Amino acid sequence: MSNRKITPYVLVLPAWAWLALFFVVPIGGMLSMSLTTGSVVTGFQQTFEVGNYATAVGTYWEQILRSLFYGACATLVCIVLGYPMAYWIAFRGGAHKSTYLLLILLPFFVSFVLRTISWRFFLSDNGVVLGTLKDLGLLSEGFAVLNSALAVILGLAYNFLPFMVLPIYAVLERMDPHLVEAAHDLYADRFQAFARVVLPVSLPGVFAGVLMTFIPTSADYVNASVLGGTHNTMIGNVIQTQYLVNNNYPIAASITFVLMGLLLVGIFSYARALGTERVMEVHA
Amino acid sequence: MNNRQRPPLDPALLRGLTRARRGPLPIPGITRRHTLQAGGAAAAALALSACGVDGQQREPAASEDFWAGKERTGNLRWANWPLYMDPERTQIQQFTESTGIKVDYKEDVHEAASFFGQIQPKLANGDDIGYDLMVLTNGFELAKLIELGYLARLDHTRLPAFAEYAGEIYKNTSYDPGNKHTVPYASGITGIAYNPEFVDREITSLQDLWDPAFEGKVGMFADPQEIAVFGLLANGVDPADSTREDWEAAADKLREQRDSGVVRAYYEQDYIQPLTTGDLWMTMAWSGDIYQQNAEAGTDLKFVIPDEGATLWTDSLMIPYTTKAPVDAIELMNFLYEPEIATGLTEYIGYISPVPHAQEVMAEWAAAEGEGERAEALRAMSESSLVFPDESDYQKLHNYVALEPDQQGEFSSLFQAVTQS
Repeated sequence: MSNRKITPYVLVLPAWAWLALFFVVPIGGMLSMSLTTGSVVTGFQQTFEVGNYATAVGTYWEQILRSLFYGACATLVCIVLGYPMAYWIAFRGGAHKSTYLLLILLPFFVSFVLRTISWRFFLSDNGVVLGTLKDLGLLSEGFAVLNSALAVILGLAYNFLPFMVLPIYAVLERMDPHLVEAAHDLYADRFQAFARVVLPVSLPGVFAGVLMTFIPTSADYVNASVLGGTHNTMIGNVIQTQYLVNNNYPIAASITFVLMGLLLVGIFSYARALGTERVMEVHA
Repeated sequence: MNNRQRPPLDPALLRGLTRARRGPLPIPGITRRHTLQAGGAAAAALALSACGVDGQQREPAASEDFWAGKERTGNLRWANWPLYMDPERTQIQQFTESTGIKVDYKEDVHEAASFFGQIQPKLANGDDIGYDLMVLTNGFELAKLIELGYLARLDHTRLPAFAEYAGEIYKNTSYDPGNKHTVPYASGITGIAYNPEFVDREITSLQDLWDPAFEGKVGMFADPQEIAVFGLLANGVDPADSTREDWEAAADKLREQRDSGVVRAYYEQDYIQPLTTGDLWMTMAWSGDIYQQNAEAGTDLKFVIPDEGATLWTDSLMIPYTTKAPVDAIELMNFLYEPEIATGLTEYIGYISPVPHAQEVMAEWAAAEGEGERAEALRAMSESSLVFPDESDYQKLHNYVALEPDQQGEFSSLFQAVTQS
């Protein structure tokens, strides 16, 4: 083999080593951990206890389904809010596009947890929003948003909105504006031009946005613990408790793999439904 | 009822006053039990990556064997919770003056679970954890440390001040009978706090936490040990004699409270802010947090020990078996039980001292001081039943449920099913 042939492999070696060390090894360890039995005191023995998975799903199916539901709702909110934002910046942003993008990213300069906690003040029963509306007599005294499913979903959508806006923007920005003109030349009205030309072109961006919001929102635990109330626990909270409070590593690992499996299945069926080529386009 | 009336001057206020003289106020809102979640998450990640799989149980270091041939080294490393000693470290200075032992004091304990995760793998390997003395609450982590044999068995011949001055209740705890491995540092009460701006009646009973009039306005703790005691007491069961059936009944009682819509949320330690804004009207609370909040923000939050009783938790001093300076560590333990030293510590931290005699000393100090802010503060604090509970107060205070290590998982699951719904 000539040097020319080996060089790419040598160059890619650090990346592979990185992946092996920080992804493959830990995930293998977790998989093995999920099949053990024992406790911190007695140690965890490898017994290939598949029952851990049954326990995980049997005990926490409600929190698992709720997490997927909250994740889906938050993703939907992100699409509804984020698409018009991306569209507007891409086509109407003019010379200030990068300023608008910076504005969208600006909240990221503040810690994720602090941003979420600030929503507590914002949504507080007597806070700026609800307090004012109550003073105006528009809401009943007992009305509350904080510590509810709505608060958690809004918090998730707020925190992950930029991950929806940016990929959609990237696709729309690259789109040739003449395509829209051509549609109009062919007697499409504005709605038709959008539905038949812009939307299909932007779908890969939406797909990437969905991946980047649905996966982290479904697995999030900060929003549920800061903004949630009773009956709002997400599976991330359960995993955190099992790992760090109960030190029940096998169950925690099992739940993690169940969640990972469900997300992968969901994403692959979603990719199928949209057509795999489109997924590849995202990377193009 | 009378013994629960608040002292004429709020201990919170005194603490503010005394602290102002001694040094700058700590950052508002960061209390000893208050961990920023960001920090917690980072620590958690570290703990996770460091967590080993081994959990080999060791034979506890026997008293004689462990102490044989051990000598003073002159250097001591101590891990404590934040804001648990004044910024000048007065007690440590006094200790160094008296013994010549230098102390490296670190406020490294922020959360019991992640601290345990951090030290457990090293202790399992028999490695030095970087501390010779540490302070942990009587929770699952302490039980695990004792069960795993990671704590040095204390040589009580080296603890004469403890024998002489420690209150009886601190010599006979459910979590470490006979003080084999720990001696108390300070205690606090978990009771009910409420905001009189919104609650227009006096709160006296645990049943108030179940009152539908407070729908969506009641906060409860997420911690299984904490919430279990309240469920048991609400059912009229003494946590010390509780059985498995009692725990289930308590969980049912708490589930009923949750499903009736009274509970707004289950809190780790971030309940103060919602209590001040009116998102919560009433909540389970730690006595010290309410003092600090009132002192720092001038709020008028009320704290009560309900008729049915409340929880007394204790933070204890302990020595890891891998220590490099066991003699220095046990000398400091003993030193902290000298009444003058215990009094000085209490004056700053405002939690319950395990040395009841500190009350007398504090009253003497107040008399010696004569007039002025500090005298007032000391006098009021020495008369406060929340800092120096009397016999009848202690009658109403209960320890957490004592659990065998093999019961912990089941116990936690039972109550987590309530709080993590």
